[in-house]
Amino acid sequence: MKKKLLAVLLTGIMVMSLVACGNSSSGDAPSDGGAATTETPSSDGGSSEGGSSEGGNTLTVWTWDPNFNIKSMNMAGEAYAKDHPGFSVNVIETSSDDCQTKLTTCANAGDYSTMPDIVLMQDNSYQKFLLSYPDAFTDLSSMDINWDDFGGLKQAYSMKDGVHYGVPFDNGGCIACYRTDVLEEAGYTVADLTDITWSKFMEIGKDVHAKTGKYLLTSEATGGDTIMMMIQSCGANWVDDEGKAYIAGNEIGEKCVDLYVDLIKNDVVKLVNNWDEYISTITGGEAAGVINGNWITATLMGTEDQKGLWEITNLPKVDGVASATNYANNGGSSWYITSNCQNVELAMDFLAKTFGSSTEFYDAILPETGAVACYLPAGESTVYNEPNAFFNDQPIFATIVEYSSHIPSFKSTPYHYEAREAVNTAIVNIVNGTDKAAALEEAQSTLEFKMSE
Amino acid sequence: MGIDIQEEKGACIVDSKKKGMTLLAKQRAAGWAFLTPAALMIAIMSFYPMVRAFMISLQKGTGANMQFTGFSNYQRILADKVFQQSIGNTFLYLIIQVPIMLVLAILLAQLLNNKDLRFKGLFRTCVFLPCATSLVSYALIFRSLFATDGLINSVLMKLHILDQGYNFLGNSLSAKVVIIIALVWRWTGYNMVFYLAALQNIEYSVYEAAKIDGANGWKTFWGITVPLLRPTIIMTFIMSINGTLQLFDESVNLTKGGPANTTITMSHYIYNTCFINVPNFGYASAMSFLVFIMVAILAFINLKVGDTRD
Repeated sequence: MKKKLLAVLLTGIMVMSLVACGNSSSGDAPSDGGAATTETPSSDGGSSEGGSSEGGNTLTVWTWDPNFNIKSMNMAGEAYAKDHPGFSVNVIETSSDDCQTKLTTCANAGDYSTMPDIVLMQDNSYQKFLLSYPDAFTDLSSMDINWDDFGGLKQAYSMKDGVHYGVPFDNGGCIACYRTDVLEEAGYTVADLTDITWSKFMEIGKDVHAKTGKYLLTSEATGGDTIMMMIQSCGANWVDDEGKAYIAGNEIGEKCVDLYVDLIKNDVVKLVNNWDEYISTITGGEAAGVINGNWITATLMGTEDQKGLWEITNLPKVDGVASATNYANNGGSSWYITSNCQNVELAMDFLAKTFGSSTEFYDAILPETGAVACYLPAGESTVYNEPNAFFNDQPIFATIVEYSSHIPSFKSTPYHYEAREAVNTAIVNIVNGTDKAAALEEAQSTLEFKMSE
Repeated sequence: MGIDIQEEKGACIVDSKKKGMTLLAKQRAAGWAFLTPAALMIAIMSFYPMVRAFMISLQKGTGANMQFTGFSNYQRILADKVFQQSIGNTFLYLIIQVPIMLVLAILLAQLLNNKDLRFKGLFRTCVFLPCATSLVSYALIFRSLFATDGLINSVLMKLHILDQGYNFLGNSLSAKVVIIIALVWRWTGYNMVFYLAALQNIEYSVYEAAKIDGANGWKTFWGITVPLLRPTIIMTFIMSINGTLQLFDESVNLTKGGPANTTITMSHYIYNTCFINVPNFGYASAMSFLVFIMVAILAFINLKVGDTRD
């Protein structure tokens, strides 16, 4: 009897604690108070998860980073509420991958009712959603916004057939960051690495590795960011103008692959397997340089002991290509209104008055979140021109906005991840000794296969 | 057998009852009543999705724009090199990992079944403990253990076996070996528990008799233990085949399928087709169905081979 009682008691405790876990496991996401709240899907049943009701004054938003885009969204909500009493945004913390998986499942089931009003999406994946689920998003043509304030490339990510679907948010403009102390040890300055070509970069990189044992660049093997930035800095992509696979016989692409493979073979690039290792090459001081979207500055700034040692400049450019530049784009995201939104006018007005047109708003979020705007007029303000102590007092934000205006536009494709994967596989094979032409030919056929139905 | 007895009993009582439900009918009704909820749940949660998945596998198109096409998705599999590579990888894991794991599990079970062993409970818990860890977290731990600057490399370098860190996860052969080691670590204890339970059902007197007849340990193991464990061995084989063919977490979290797709598993590739690439649910369902058929065939062969009844 005693045993039975004990068993029942223990089971009861376990069930209770599990129930409690279910409620609070993700409930400790930071909430920023004010008019805006951060809610988790489980905390309030299903009702808060879906879109707003008609005539309501609250908008539901899915986005992922508490220090970055969630904070920005909450601040936008507060700013808008000043002129529109009663307005609030209900942010539900949803990781970037989850946003995509959830949208895919909702849309594929044909049930849009659980989607939020507004969702943030990666620029690289949006075209794929637009291709697959054209009904899931709202056409923003009637929005009161000057689209040209965002730059042509950024707009293109969220457009189809000349129609706008997204309001650009954070900037994906690429920067090259270098450790000035390591460069000094090898006898170089950041000026030596500004406006250079990749072959010059290789020369300096070999020298730096010989003298200091450090790598001038770190790169993730499975992500493939570096090779994408290289080809995009030439205004090209792994697809042709009609969107067809264009890996084999792509002259610009082959040049990029040659350069990249050489960089790896000559110990200029440290090739790592995953994002953790990528970060640890930076924090551990093994890498003397990082090239990525400017959002990487947030990671760098996390390493307090390296404060003042970093400086930023533009990217090396690909040798022997007429269209090559020192600028590229990687990452970045935009806000989308879903077709589940019952309050389209409110949502459009909200986005237009905050993210779409307010330099004051962008000035307010920059020091708090480090979110560099794609909104070009924002770059002129004083906040953007303030020196940054971590980067040796460079005014990095104004520099980033300036770089962004030089990024060449290229043909984007819904098959972005497929192309990336195919090229990555080819590069790993080439490094391991496969013939280049054969490897690229195989990548071409893999991508063609993925694009066919 | 059981049914015969019941029916006999029922028949006796039927005569004495005149109205209402007979006891037999009552028993049958009760039986059905107990069966129905589970049967319904299985039908709704398991069989309905299977049928749906088959229907979807006959459709073509991206995302929500699907049309019926017949068996073209199954034909597509024949042309998909990456999926074929993933089948190869998965079967390699199956052929190498499952035998190693099951042999280890039987040996461990045999050791821990020793009557005179002290701290049996402690050892059993230790061997079983890996099963209590979540698949994702153990995969992440293995990933950091085998990183270029991870624990394994540090130890090897301290022992002067290596000069610099070896890139275990960046080399296709070693990446596969790491996945197999991880799987063995995670699942051996789980299978051991089944063997242990089966071993405890074997009467000790059988062993005693064998001893008296002069059989040594090796002979008793092959002559008594293995034949009596046969049903358990078949069960663990089927479960392991099933689990290995559906391998997902290790491929995703340990290696991301890399380098160059040399460690990607079938389920990982199916997931990518739905959620990373441009969604193609029709094709993904067709591949899933193929996995289902493979599991069914292997399980069937296993049952036939293992069945000693004539």
